[in-house]
Amino acid sequence: MTWLAAHGTEAIFWWFGSLAMVSAALCITRRNPVFSGLWLIVTLFSIAALFVILDAQFIAVLQVLVYAGAIMVLFLFVIMLLNLGRQVTTDLKGPTGAGIAVGLAGLLLFQLLILRHAAPSEVITLPAGSVARLAQEQGLVASIARPLFDTYLLPFEVTSILLLAALVGAVVLAMRKL
Amino acid sequence: MNQPYLSFLLLLAFVAFNAGALIGMSHLLAPRKPTPVKETPYESGMPPLGDAHERFSVKFYLVAMLFIIFDIETVFLIPWGTIFFAAGGPGMGFLLIEMLVFIAILAVGYVYVWKRGALEWG
Repeated sequence: MTWLAAHGTEAIFWWFGSLAMVSAALCITRRNPVFSGLWLIVTLFSIAALFVILDAQFIAVLQVLVYAGAIMVLFLFVIMLLNLGRQVTTDLKGPTGAGIAVGLAGLLLFQLLILRHAAPSEVITLPAGSVARLAQEQGLVASIARPLFDTYLLPFEVTSILLLAALVGAVVLAMRKL
Repeated sequence: MNQPYLSFLLLLAFVAFNAGALIGMSHLLAPRKPTPVKETPYESGMPPLGDAHERFSVKFYLVAMLFIIFDIETVFLIPWGTIFFAAGGPGMGFLLIEMLVFIAILAVGYVYVWKRGALEWG
């Protein structure tokens, strides 16, 4: 039990971190897009667990509600709309496809390496343990709500315009007489 | 370590173990005598009508999309609700106006969706 007390969080991090990576790999290698979608749900759930480890429980709940729930429903609908239940052959094959894949993967790795060395901006950096302390003082959700409706008021209001645009866009695209 | 979540993790492991055990045991222990009738997909007792891989109407997509947008709107209401009554005094009025502006902009979208008939199925 002492080992669990000392390394419990670490063990859970490694478990869910590897689960996220394995399911992401399975998601992009499945031939059937519906299976890809189901593996993506596993990835999103694992990331929600990682948010809990980071003391961001509210974000974890939203991750499950919005991403694993609503966005995945949309993904599955798009898959079914496009009738991709059957096998399709990809256009990107042979050395060209492999070259593009390796190039993009290299670019991503390069970006990650740069990000690892770059110091995060002062604005988004918090002292260690301050998230847990804020949650203790103000409550989990209120510690997010206070800055959201105060410092970040304008981005919050602009979000409604973004949602409005998405609403109108969806209706215009789906209601068009084809 | 997030102690309250330990019980949740235990529940998760318990459920995963049980689900795996049930599927694995029925796979190993059940006698299997397949007949053509047993092999057909079960559709509430009806004979199956064609393939499952058929295209869905775009109307389902529209409903899902509208749901997600109003879902995200509701998500913003939860943190707002947690601090609203604690604010008190003029802060409370300010918060109320903030949320009313937010909802008013989305209500424009709601009226648009309604008038366009996107909520009608036919």
